[in-house]
Amino acid sequence: MADREERRFAEVSRDSVKLMAESAGVDLGDDVAALLAEDVCYRLREATQSSSQFMRHAKRRKLTVEDFNRALRWSNVEAICGYGAQDGLPFRSVKEGELFFVEDRDVNLVELALATNIPKGCAETMVRVNVSYLDGKGNLEPQGAVPTAVQSLSDDLLKYYQQITRAILGEDPHLMKVALLDLQSNSKIAALLPYFVYVISGVKSVSHDLEQLNRLLHMVKSLVQNPYLYLGSYVRSLVSSVMYCILEPLAASINPLNDHWTLRDYAALLLSHIFWTHGDLVSGLYHQILLSLQKVLSDPVRPLCSHYGAVVGLHALGWKAVERVLFPHLPAYWANLQAVLDDYSVSNAQVKADGHKVYGAILVAVERLLKMKALSLSQPAEGATNAQSGSVMGAMGYRVSSPGLSPPPEPLSEAALGIASHLQAGGAGCPWEEWTPVPLPAMYCELYSFFGDSLAVRFSTGPGFGSYPPCTPSQLSDTRKEPSGPASNPDTTRKMPQLTANLNISPRQDGSPRTDPPPPSLAATGSGRTLARSSSVQRSRSSSSRSGQRSTGLVFTAVEKPLEEELRAEVEELRRFFLQENPCVEEGRLGKLLEKALSVHHSDVNVLNAEADERRYDFTSSLYFVIATLTTMGKTWCIKDIMHESLFFDLENNVI
Amino acid sequence: MAAVQSGVGDGVEEKDIKTEPPTDGFGNNANDGRVLSSSPGSSAPAASGKPAAGGTPEDQQTLLAVLQFLKKNKLTESVEILRREAGLPEDAQDAKGADSSGSGGAAGSVDLEGGDASALLSRVTVSSSAAAQAPTKAAEDQPDVNVVLSAYSQQGDPALYEVYYSGLKRFIETVLDCHRAELSQVFYPLFVHMYLELVYNNHENEAKAFFEKFSGDQECYYEDDLRVLSSLTKKEHMRGNETLLDFRTSKFVLRISRDSYQLLKRHLQERQNNQIWNIIQEHLYIDIFDGMPRSKSQIDAMSGSLAGEAKREANKAKVYYGLLKEPEIELPLDDEDEEAENEEGKPKKKKPKKDSMGSKSKKQDPNAPSQNRIPLPELKDSDKLDKIMYMKEATKRIRLGTDNLPSICFYSFLNAYQGLTAVDFTDDSSLIAGGFADSTVRVWSVTPKKLRKVKSAADLNLIDKESDDVLERIMDEKTASESKILYGHSGPVYGISFSPDRNYLLSSSEDGTVRLWSLQTFTCLVGYKGHNYPVWDTQFSPYGYYFVSGGHDRVARLWATDHYQPLRMFSGHLADITCTRFHPNSNYVATGSSDRTIRLWDVLNGNCVRIFTGHKGPIHALAFSPNGKFLASGATDGRVLLWDIGHGLMVGELKGHADTVYSLRFSRDGELLASGSMDNTVRLWDAMKAFDDLETDDFTAATGHVHLQDNSQELLLGTYMTKSTPVIHLHFTRRNLLLAAGAYNP
Repeated sequence: MADREERRFAEVSRDSVKLMAESAGVDLGDDVAALLAEDVCYRLREATQSSSQFMRHAKRRKLTVEDFNRALRWSNVEAICGYGAQDGLPFRSVKEGELFFVEDRDVNLVELALATNIPKGCAETMVRVNVSYLDGKGNLEPQGAVPTAVQSLSDDLLKYYQQITRAILGEDPHLMKVALLDLQSNSKIAALLPYFVYVISGVKSVSHDLEQLNRLLHMVKSLVQNPYLYLGSYVRSLVSSVMYCILEPLAASINPLNDHWTLRDYAALLLSHIFWTHGDLVSGLYHQILLSLQKVLSDPVRPLCSHYGAVVGLHALGWKAVERVLFPHLPAYWANLQAVLDDYSVSNAQVKADGHKVYGAILVAVERLLKMKALSLSQPAEGATNAQSGSVMGAMGYRVSSPGLSPPPEPLSEAALGIASHLQAGGAGCPWEEWTPVPLPAMYCELYSFFGDSLAVRFSTGPGFGSYPPCTPSQLSDTRKEPSGPASNPDTTRKMPQLTANLNISPRQDGSPRTDPPPPSLAATGSGRTLARSSSVQRSRSSSSRSGQRSTGLVFTAVEKPLEEELRAEVEELRRFFLQENPCVEEGRLGKLLEKALSVHHSDVNVLNAEADERRYDFTSSLYFVIATLTTMGKTWCIKDIMHESLFFDLENNVI
Repeated sequence: MAAVQSGVGDGVEEKDIKTEPPTDGFGNNANDGRVLSSSPGSSAPAASGKPAAGGTPEDQQTLLAVLQFLKKNKLTESVEILRREAGLPEDAQDAKGADSSGSGGAAGSVDLEGGDASALLSRVTVSSSAAAQAPTKAAEDQPDVNVVLSAYSQQGDPALYEVYYSGLKRFIETVLDCHRAELSQVFYPLFVHMYLELVYNNHENEAKAFFEKFSGDQECYYEDDLRVLSSLTKKEHMRGNETLLDFRTSKFVLRISRDSYQLLKRHLQERQNNQIWNIIQEHLYIDIFDGMPRSKSQIDAMSGSLAGEAKREANKAKVYYGLLKEPEIELPLDDEDEEAENEEGKPKKKKPKKDSMGSKSKKQDPNAPSQNRIPLPELKDSDKLDKIMYMKEATKRIRLGTDNLPSICFYSFLNAYQGLTAVDFTDDSSLIAGGFADSTVRVWSVTPKKLRKVKSAADLNLIDKESDDVLERIMDEKTASESKILYGHSGPVYGISFSPDRNYLLSSSEDGTVRLWSLQTFTCLVGYKGHNYPVWDTQFSPYGYYFVSGGHDRVARLWATDHYQPLRMFSGHLADITCTRFHPNSNYVATGSSDRTIRLWDVLNGNCVRIFTGHKGPIHALAFSPNGKFLASGATDGRVLLWDIGHGLMVGELKGHADTVYSLRFSRDGELLASGSMDNTVRLWDAMKAFDDLETDDFTAATGHVHLQDNSQELLLGTYMTKSTPVIHLHFTRRNLLLAAGAYNP
């Protein structure tokens, strides 16, 4: 329709008519030309008006050349050919003559005919259905996602894009939060995804600015968490951006004052989050990630911060990744690290500090590895322990096999290496493609050889535990512990050299030099003896004897058993219920979270309440966050406990 | 567009349509219906009201001319039929039959008629020899137009037009408030007619000045028409302009209370303002009623159409809006669902009947037409099976309400670069069809059951016809696919409709044809030619067999699938018919038009029984409520209006959409109304409440004056966004799940 401004219609001037006539070889008088011009204008308007109904019936908003031609055809006027193309026609003007024309480029037919790049036909028309609103409420999934179409942005989207990127990369933290939140919940931004991914890929250009990197990572997080977005192949791009933050020696890390470690930790978390939630979108993603992490790790030229990144990345990807990549590489890598750590020269101070970071990260990773490994070993035995499950069951969900029945550790007393018949290689340096699982004892032995006592906190070793130093005396500063193992068990277990994960001990607690009593252990461990609980610091101070602990345990068991069992059953019921309702939650992780939360709770940090307030923080991510932050951060040497707590909150705030 | 008429005669109906302008637009539709009832399948009563004297002499002349034409072309059978139908005496025909059209020297007695007839013929045949015979009319290509326009020829002083108009304006501004709103109605028609008179009499500059000065005063909803008007400044242009022709041929209808009218009359007579008085006399129809003058909002609600409001008489006819009695179908005991549970089986057997048909199955609805008012096709076995399926589904239907909104499934057409123009679902929601701007029709199966063709004739000979699964055997497994494309049209497909039994599909196109496709063989069975201009919409009757189509030629046609010519022609709209819908009882057809009116036509006799005005833009969506009592309509102005068919009243206005409403649908039980629009939303409205709140006292019914409360917001139950996908079709499944469809526009 014509615009409603002063000039309502396009007009054809008298001169134009005259010119046309001249070109056709007719000489027109002025008045004739004027009349003609007027008539032409009228006819044009008429045709335009009648063409609009074709537009309306085609249910479009845009009047096309086709519509106009139809109107012409129905009024018995020849259609105008040559303007049917969908793309806009460039309209040019010549200044001197005040002439406007449509640019008509020459088309080289020969070139066109011989061209090798045959244009693709457009995809087949199809109908796709999706439930848009269930019971009149809420979008379940984005409607009509067209994965391949390269969409041109509408004005609204463009505006949205500009506002969001400006807000996220801008100065105002509040604005950023709002923007991130919207990014996380907006269901209509599918078309913008490529653009956001592109923005995020800009991490490479801002590697000097930690703040910006952080913000971009938050953006990744929001996108990943947006339930309406189908990331598709963009996952790869996002992962590569995140990996950049994890692995690259960022420009920002030159200055030791910059806390790029946190960034790497956060990026690692994010990586694992992307991987767990969207890993299935790209095949082979896991292997690619592992490969690149391995490459970095095995490259001695890389700075320590890169190595650190690789380790936390592996750690974030789960203990299996650690077992596959980190563990085999450890012997080779250890030498390098040791060299750094042993250099006490002043010039090396900074590097050494970095080295300690790496050391800490590795330690955390392998400890988790050992724990999980032990857990996975004990799991199969579960079925057999039915009879005792009531007492064996850990309140926090860890089923630790009853020592007497746990089969795998049997041969431990014989040798550290290569005992099990299926064990073929020690594991060191063996590429993960031909990776064979290393039995836990062997692994433990090997790791112990690296870390020494720092590692021993994880396991208690039986008296007959080969060539290794006997289990460090447990810290028994408290009697509140409730070693709830079956009272009949201790005897058998004592004789049986074994390796059982004491899963209720968090690394943080262990690492903390705190002197206040650790929380009551709700986990049922096989026997009091396995409750070895010490830290590198505390170990030296521990004084109680193992037998003493056992006896106290027995007493307590006897006294408190009925009540405790009741409580335990209740908690167990709760836990099972929760797991049923949230199938996405892995049992092990839940346990871990709760364990952590409880332990933190006992340090007077009210994690659970904080979480309850934090609605925007979805469960899985918070789970990951809490676990990984605590496990990663908790073990880094130099961080003091108090600092640690504040850090925890800092991070918590950051993530929002 | 239709200005230049094709020289080659295209058959009977072409002539009939084009002869209609000289007569009153309102009056002649019944006439047309009668003329065209000559088609074999139509029911007899149509002709009954038409003995020879039925029409005016002009009518008879027209008929004679047609007869002559037919005779000349040796269509003796048609001649017979037409003569029988029209009740023309044999001798009259014979008398004229002697002299063929070309003959100059006709007998004196028939001279006059013969002249007229050949004048008519001259438009159809190319013979110019008749020009001498009919000097005045035949010379013009369109004599009727001239007649119409010549009404403007009275000369007044062009300079005084402004004075007259502003004088009247001053007067109306000074009258009492209660009269002012009513009298203001005359501004627009007066303005238009005065402007046209100026243009017609070649006072171009005065006309422009007049337009400039007063066009701003007109109601905003006339903007589109004013725009057309403003481009028209020459007498020559008037000839081809359809809008103008409409304005001239039909009297603009105003409803004014007696008091206000007296006031106006007195004023004009006192002032000796003959110019305006003449216009009012000639071009306006003032429907005077006794009682309170209407308020501004009341007037605004009803006005907006191209030719003013509907006359009250137009909506007086009785409409049988009730539903037909459902045939009694024994619901067989379910073998799969309820095995051996006869006790439970029985109540279930009864319940669906109650639910789906209510009391109607027991006794006849007083408002329903008699069962055989129009002949309906016999139920086939497969139809009965389908009915049973329907009842079963109906028992599982979700009752919707304000607190129980339906789930919405959106069918997105992806990669529809060629342009999706129409969509339809089958009643059982198993198939979806799309009409496209590239002239194709595509059918998809939305269930896992693939679409299969019937085997070729040779293969069909081979199969065992006695076998139980013969229906399965005739299908060619090799052709199974998710979708089928139907080629045949040569223009965008604007309308599409499945037959209720899912065996056929109708499509109407810009190429002027309606095509019937078989969904067994996926081929075109019939091309119905009759509309010579784009056909905007078509729809099957709910009982199958009949279908209606409407298009740019302003005529809606009723067809039966086994007749290649229409059974009825519904003419009366002043602009394109944009959408057509069958009443659930199949006895009525509703048509929406660009003239911003909705008309309801009686299928039996072709009469227009309702005219609904109130929309301010072309109407693009219509929907009958399942109980047949109400009609909902949506237009380009984004408003949805609700109408009570029995009383012929507007009963509701639903405001909310920001763009053209392209689809409307009531839920299966009529509790909700869903509307889909170009603004990429689906909106749900509380239809129950909208109709419940209604008080139709006798006064409103008698005067047609409605008080509409502005409660759109209360009635709006939900707004559901799509992703840049205009909603062009809506459908409630038998279980009340809402399906929406549209093409994704990246």
